[in-house]
Amino acid sequence: MKHQHKHECNELLGTISEYVDGSLRDELCRELERHLSECDDCRVVVNTMKKTIDLYQTETVREGLPADVRQRLFKSLQLDDLLHGAH
Amino acid sequence: MVIETTPTDISVERLKAGDRAEFARLVDLASAPIYRLGLKMLGTPQDAEDVLQNTFLKALQSLKSFEGRSSPLTWLYRIAVNEALMLIRRQRPQVEIAEEPQEEADDLPAPVQLTDWCCLPESDFLSAESQRALDAAILKLPEKLRAVFLLRDIEGLSIQETSQALGLTETAVKTRLLRARLNLREQLSSYFTGRLTEERTK
Ligand SMILES: [Zn+2]
Repeated sequence: MKHQHKHECNELLGTISEYVDGSLRDELCRELERHLSECDDCRVVVNTMKKTIDLYQTETVREGLPADVRQRLFKSLQLDDLLHGAH
Repeated sequence: MVIETTPTDISVERLKAGDRAEFARLVDLASAPIYRLGLKMLGTPQDAEDVLQNTFLKALQSLKSFEGRSSPLTWLYRIAVNEALMLIRRQRPQVEIAEEPQEEADDLPAPVQLTDWCCLPESDFLSAESQRALDAAILKLPEKLRAVFLLRDIEGLSIQETSQALGLTETAVKTRLLRARLNLREQLSSYFTGRLTEERTK
């Protein structure tokens, strides 16, 4: 076994998602942070989970709808006459 | 053109009264996020466009029953997720009874990949190949976890909005989100640990 706190790791695994969101209750947060200070594995899990979320948020292109897709959408909704309306 | 703003200034009364211009405004506010959701949920522009059109057609048909308890955008997300799930089931009927992700937080899969790859050069994360790996990983998530991850982490809905959009309790959303993030973390760790090994042997 890589380290001796495996049991504690499993117990705290359920808290790390809320932890990276900053919404974990205070006492659990302290408990997790104490554990993280002495457990390399869990620290890696938390860091790579944060990075995973971060990569997806960076990757997502916040662009508008392709013009042809928008045109076909308005047509299918019978809103063609409003296609060039203010938006 | 404002895309990311939640269309809170859309008048539900006017929508329900059949105001076409107001509906067109809703379409322009919400179509980009709905299209993006379809794209990530299904993986192809054609399927994303089907989801997009069906979502707004269904919305038009069911406007009368929209009670305005959630925002119009959350309501549209709900329709869109159902459309996407229906399309997935139609395309792959053989996996209709896919294993249901467990709602309980216990019995979580223990992390396997324990290498820290966060230190890779930024260019490795931004490469086209990495972007493809990211998209492929989402498509490998069980559908129900995928929907939660996309709404919460990609579209930025709150836990409460996500629960409204999916008709789930907030506890179920949190558990699925955790499972989705653990799953993606494993997948990205496998991929980027491979990159790390390449970097070191250069
Ligand atoms: Zn640990």
